[in-house]
Amino acid sequence: MKLGRDLLLFGLVLLLGTLPFFGEAYTLRLGTFACMYAIMAVSWNVIGGLAGYPSFATAAFFGLGAYAGGVLLAKGAALLLALAFAGALAFGGAMLLGAVLLRLRGHYFAIASLAVGEVLRELTNTATNLTGGGMGLNIPLGAMTGGILGEATFHFLAMWGLLLLALAVVVWIERSKLGFGLACIRQNESAADMIGVNATLYKSLAFAFSGVFVAMAGTLYAAWVHYIEPPDVYDILFAVKPIVMALLGGLGSTVGAVLGAFVFLGIEEVVWRNYLQVHTGVLGFLVVVLLLFLPHGLVSIGRRLRTGRAPA
Amino acid sequence: MFILQILANGIVLGCLYACIAAGFSLVWGVLNVINLMHGSFIVLGSYLAWGAYNSLGLSPWLTLAIAAPLFYAFGYLVQRGLLNRVIAAPVLVTLTLTFGLDLILNNAMILAFKADYRRLILEPALGTLAMGPVVVPVDRIVAMGFALVLTGALYLILRKSRVGRAIIAVRLDRDAATLMGVRVKPTYAAAFGLGAAMAGCAGVLLALIFPISPLSAIPYLGKAFVVCVLGGLGSVPGAVVGGLLLGLVESFGAMAFGPEHAVTLSFALLILFLIFRPQGLLGKRGFE
Amino acid sequence: MTELMKLDAVSRRFGGLQALQDVSLTIGRGEVLGLIGPNGAGKTTLVNVITGVHRASGGTVIFEGRDITRLRPYQTARIGIARTFQVVQPFPELSVLDNVSAAALFSNTGVGVREATRFAREQLQFVGLAAMADKPASSLTLAMRKRLELAKALAMKPKLLFLDEVNAGLNSAEVEQAMNLIRQIAGGGVTIVLIEHLMKVVMSVCSRIVVLHNGALIADGTPSEVVADHHVVEAYLGKKYAQTATAGA
Repeated sequence: MKLGRDLLLFGLVLLLGTLPFFGEAYTLRLGTFACMYAIMAVSWNVIGGLAGYPSFATAAFFGLGAYAGGVLLAKGAALLLALAFAGALAFGGAMLLGAVLLRLRGHYFAIASLAVGEVLRELTNTATNLTGGGMGLNIPLGAMTGGILGEATFHFLAMWGLLLLALAVVVWIERSKLGFGLACIRQNESAADMIGVNATLYKSLAFAFSGVFVAMAGTLYAAWVHYIEPPDVYDILFAVKPIVMALLGGLGSTVGAVLGAFVFLGIEEVVWRNYLQVHTGVLGFLVVVLLLFLPHGLVSIGRRLRTGRAPA
Repeated sequence: MFILQILANGIVLGCLYACIAAGFSLVWGVLNVINLMHGSFIVLGSYLAWGAYNSLGLSPWLTLAIAAPLFYAFGYLVQRGLLNRVIAAPVLVTLTLTFGLDLILNNAMILAFKADYRRLILEPALGTLAMGPVVVPVDRIVAMGFALVLTGALYLILRKSRVGRAIIAVRLDRDAATLMGVRVKPTYAAAFGLGAAMAGCAGVLLALIFPISPLSAIPYLGKAFVVCVLGGLGSVPGAVVGGLLLGLVESFGAMAFGPEHAVTLSFALLILFLIFRPQGLLGKRGFE
Repeated sequence: MTELMKLDAVSRRFGGLQALQDVSLTIGRGEVLGLIGPNGAGKTTLVNVITGVHRASGGTVIFEGRDITRLRPYQTARIGIARTFQVVQPFPELSVLDNVSAAALFSNTGVGVREATRFAREQLQFVGLAAMADKPASSLTLAMRKRLELAKALAMKPKLLFLDEVNAGLNSAEVEQAMNLIRQIAGGGVTIVLIEHLMKVVMSVCSRIVVLHNGALIADGTPSEVVADHHVVEAYLGKKYAQTATAGA
């Protein structure tokens, strides 16, 4: 059954890849955001859903990737190199930081992970020579053919490709010994210790995986928008939205995370277009309604319909 | 001496920070809920003071008396009506819920008051007080005094009043408290109400010193976090110690690195404490 | 009898509280050692220090000739030390089988999932839980959960097994069953340390008893020696028990 669900997931996402054949620049832009959100939600799920550690570090990873990759791009590096660098930096940094931060649990871990983003933002702000600081960083347009549509298609396919990669890795994690260990850690960390799970290593790996693709998405974002500033890419909302998406879809489920991301984007677009003045308020309202009335997310609706019972 | 001035600034600031954080710490320590609306409550209190002064001519010191019961009631209702439904849920859910509520509250404030900064200017101005080499504005001293009074009042309420003792009992051992006849739901709501009241009153005091805008909510919240981690959760003395420490760090830090880095400094301190001493200076290990 | 584990002046402080004080003892291979003492004496703390959950404030722990004092819990798990918890600690969302497979998988290096699952089934068979293999662990009764704990510990192929109050909360029939299992495990060559309050169990199963009181070892000997020791009688057993025990011995 689980295999069926994973295949369905991949099928859906592969289908999304045909978007360039149907859409114009605006739809492609939406599609790119959808993939980006899905990458964030799916990545967050590894540390938040599988390991059970409520991370608010997504903004930190995104900003780090945007700047690490962005700076290289601005210096003329190829996109692949910038991506690889951003990913490696995020992965390595998360492994090191994780070993320390993941000793904390619950609220304390949440705050610490949030604070990391804040500190990184400030550091980026002050390193003016490298990053342009508060004046922002300009990333030059790569040599691209096809005009606006060509560029939009390229960026969409790049983000879509990254999503496929992220999904492949995350699904592999879920089925692997690492995933099994993380499930044990989430359910009872001291028992997991006692049966031989190296919890520190596993948690650090989960944290690292939760950051690597987000960082790479940050690089793609920087290349896409051509101009980034610290408050944009280290925006605290990037820390919270993936959590809402994962909760919306169903905590702990990769399919749920993707679903939640797409639905969230849809809602966000509608609200932005029609209720600009109150869009944060409406978002807040949706979060409240979601948490009070659908705490197990969208995937639980399917379960409820099938079994006729509410999940435990 | 210059150092004494910085020290004095730090202490005045620290007492205000203690007042900002005391209510936040109470809610976090007792309900294990991080109330992300706390910053917005503070800003609301500031607007109340501003509105009361400019429209009704009420001095902020009097507005305190209105703010306390008003915010208490508001907090009580929010907890009883909304937060109580998810009180047993994991940390993630309560955090995201209060985040969502804060988005609504903050958006509402921006719509109602606009984002531009306002100032509450007292007329006639209270002037400054010179004590030897140190000069402090009188309104800050009075605010500091009230901040200490409020914090002390909270401490006394927790220790002496029936509601307060129920709150402490529930915090120490919820099941035992229930067996003793303490009704948990109203107690939780009361704790949250007290937290909101402290926030509102802190906002009234801060209106005299800092510009007022919905954009200040997150910075205030950030300060509350740092104070709680530095001083230790769930205890009023912890909030005082943490507040003073933060006030001093910011004062001296501003002198050493420039005021624009004060926030980063405090967050770096936060991370260090979380790593090496998560229970804070006065706290005991345990509550997560 | 060869020495499997040796504790040399092990101490542990928690702030102002001295939970363990200069505890020195040896555990011989193949023994069934009883660890008794009043509540709060430090018995579970001792197990926690040995397995690395708490760091020893002083002294050394030697296992098979190797100093393991600084090892963390997952490391002691992998060298052949297993323990059960007083308050059972299952993985509630996993099935009974997966609970045990996890233990087999993570504590034994080089074991794949398939082999771990097969070995897990054997342990479930041994403790009598084979029928519950696919049920979620949260659906078990207390007695069954205790057996699940045991199965998990056995799946770790332990050389040294600490059983922390396995009989708490069980009725006398269940206790009898548990004791049979323990005798079989011991018969299979596993060295067992039994933390127990039920004296009849200790007396019938253990070849040797050590007594802990206020963090210090106050007696170490055969069951009849320990029961007659007046320190032990004062601290824990009470005169009435001692009289009936020595009269019956």
